[in-house]
Amino acid sequence: MAGLTLRNVGKSYGALQIMQGLNLDIHDGEFLVLVGPSGCGKSTLLRMIAGLEDITDGTIAIGGKVVNDLPASRRELSMVFQSYALYPHMTVAKNLAFGLQNFRMPRSEVERRVAEAARILQIEPLMDRKPRQLSGGQKQRVAIGRAIVREPKLFLFDEPLSNLDAELRVQMRAELASLYARLGTTMIYVTHDQVEAMTMASRIVVLRAGKIEQVGTPQELYTRPQNLFVAGFIGSPKINMLAAEVRADGERSLARVAGFADFALPGLATRDSRLTLCVRPGALHVGGGEVASEGTIRLVEYLGNETLLHVALASGQVLLASIYGQASYRAGQTVPVGFDLADLHYFDASGQRLEPEMPAPVPAQAVSGSA
Amino acid sequence: MKRFIARNAPGYIFLLPWFLGFFLLALGPILASLYLSFTRYDMVNAPRWIGLGNYEYMFMRDRRFWKALEVTFHYVVLAVPARLVMALAVAMLLDKGLRSIGLYRAIFYLPSLLGASIAIAILWRQLFDANGVVNQALASLGIQGPEWLTNPDTSLYTLVVLAMWQFGSPMLIFLAGLRGIPRDLYEAAEIDGTPRWRQFTRITLPLLAPVIFFNLVLQTIDAFKTFSSAFIISNGTGAPADSMLFYTVYLFNEAFKFFRMGYASALAWVLLIIIAIFTAAAFLTSKYWVHYENERD
Repeated sequence: MAGLTLRNVGKSYGALQIMQGLNLDIHDGEFLVLVGPSGCGKSTLLRMIAGLEDITDGTIAIGGKVVNDLPASRRELSMVFQSYALYPHMTVAKNLAFGLQNFRMPRSEVERRVAEAARILQIEPLMDRKPRQLSGGQKQRVAIGRAIVREPKLFLFDEPLSNLDAELRVQMRAELASLYARLGTTMIYVTHDQVEAMTMASRIVVLRAGKIEQVGTPQELYTRPQNLFVAGFIGSPKINMLAAEVRADGERSLARVAGFADFALPGLATRDSRLTLCVRPGALHVGGGEVASEGTIRLVEYLGNETLLHVALASGQVLLASIYGQASYRAGQTVPVGFDLADLHYFDASGQRLEPEMPAPVPAQAVSGSA
Repeated sequence: MKRFIARNAPGYIFLLPWFLGFFLLALGPILASLYLSFTRYDMVNAPRWIGLGNYEYMFMRDRRFWKALEVTFHYVVLAVPARLVMALAVAMLLDKGLRSIGLYRAIFYLPSLLGASIAIAILWRQLFDANGVVNQALASLGIQGPEWLTNPDTSLYTLVVLAMWQFGSPMLIFLAGLRGIPRDLYEAAEIDGTPRWRQFTRITLPLLAPVIFFNLVLQTIDAFKTFSSAFIISNGTGAPADSMLFYTVYLFNEAFKFFRMGYASALAWVLLIIIAIFTAAAFLTSKYWVHYENERD
């Protein structure tokens, strides 16, 4: 096992700088997930850690040892690829053993490790098959097996589940989590799927355009997103964002949001500025709330354990409300819709999180005159 | 029926030139040559049926037939692997993602376009002449070069070198094949510490096997049919000492120099059967060494 340290890591292709000044400490035995939209640099970062891409600035250290100039094979890590990267002309057994044979390992040791990996991943009956005779999930198991047999200090996963169907993805997610619990090895996992990130990670790194937006546990990212991007990226269904104009009214700050009556923002020092107020769909109340208005239901999406309501305000903005279980709403119905101030996330004009000075929620006082 | 014709007529009209060409220019002569191979025919008098006479003469009494076979086999055995190795080596270089790869591809392909031409054969003769460029270059290194083209021990090798130089067509096919091998297989091998040579032998070659097989069959057929370069360089005789008496050169001379068209037709059919046997052998052995990604077991 080993931790990993990135210091001022940068990557450029000619004049094009795609990553710069990246700093990250990955703890020994941690399951770290790199998540972000397509093109954010998460796979590139993983490949730089693997040694498949050079870094142009900074240092990467594995277990305290700088590995910038070490080839991939000497970094003592294994990688599972999105496409599985199984050798199509070799049987499962040969695929598992191929990497070990490079290290002039005794045959008995190769056989022991291959058998052990096959047992852990329950692929023993598949050992004589070739990859084309395997299902997607079986291929993925073999790919993971190939990583396990190396007994590496560090596992890298590059979107390993994205080629699987939804059901299999859930199953493999659970298997990976139990594998992590069993091996306890440091794992770095790239995905664009935030559900994978939230369910598997010890910590999540949210990347955008080659920069780290936030590092934290899944709970931290969900409950205290540091900026608008993270607020919008983490959480499904997506968080509601309301543009607010804030002005001073004596000691108070009053927020004006299109479609709602003006309301006080307790404890917020910011005055005379534009903010974005965010509220999770689960915290949007259909039927009331401390700050409430009326809206028309545009769409009802029944998902079994929850129902999503798309509610259009008078301003035209559509808010998303998530209601537990089956709700008896229908499209076209006018309903009260609102939220509690304690559930709001505040972001300034540059998109950075603002913390109210008084964390305890104070009942809102609607003031006369609606927006 | 009317609807069928209306729907398919344009297709058949477009096919018509090919059909005409095939039946009049290919199938007709093929069948005619089969008939002629059982006759004595000098292109002046009417063909005279002699049964298996031509074949009997060919296998039992014609020493030059056996010599032509030997020369051609010798050439095929040397030239085909040499060309394929050269083509694969250059394709692997070009696969490294060089800049201006299109330009290099065109330049490397050029000899194949020119290779079958008379001009290149003449140029080759001058290159390997006793006082040609090759010997002048050797002389500058203090080496006395042999008389490549007039020495029976070396003459065939000049044609093997020419064949190697014409690697463009298999190279392009290899290049396409190399591009088809997923990069992440090499990356996985890289992380596993697989040395380059092992990557080549254990990943590249097995995954390229279908393309190698395709090229092998095409190039073998091509090599058996080698004619113009051998004809020009040996002045149409197969000299010196029949060392360049390629099968097709012998066949051509029998047909158009000595006007033994019946015998030449028999030679042509024997060549066809030899090529068919080689191709069939390649196909039969392919299951042991050619891996197809999509085949079902």
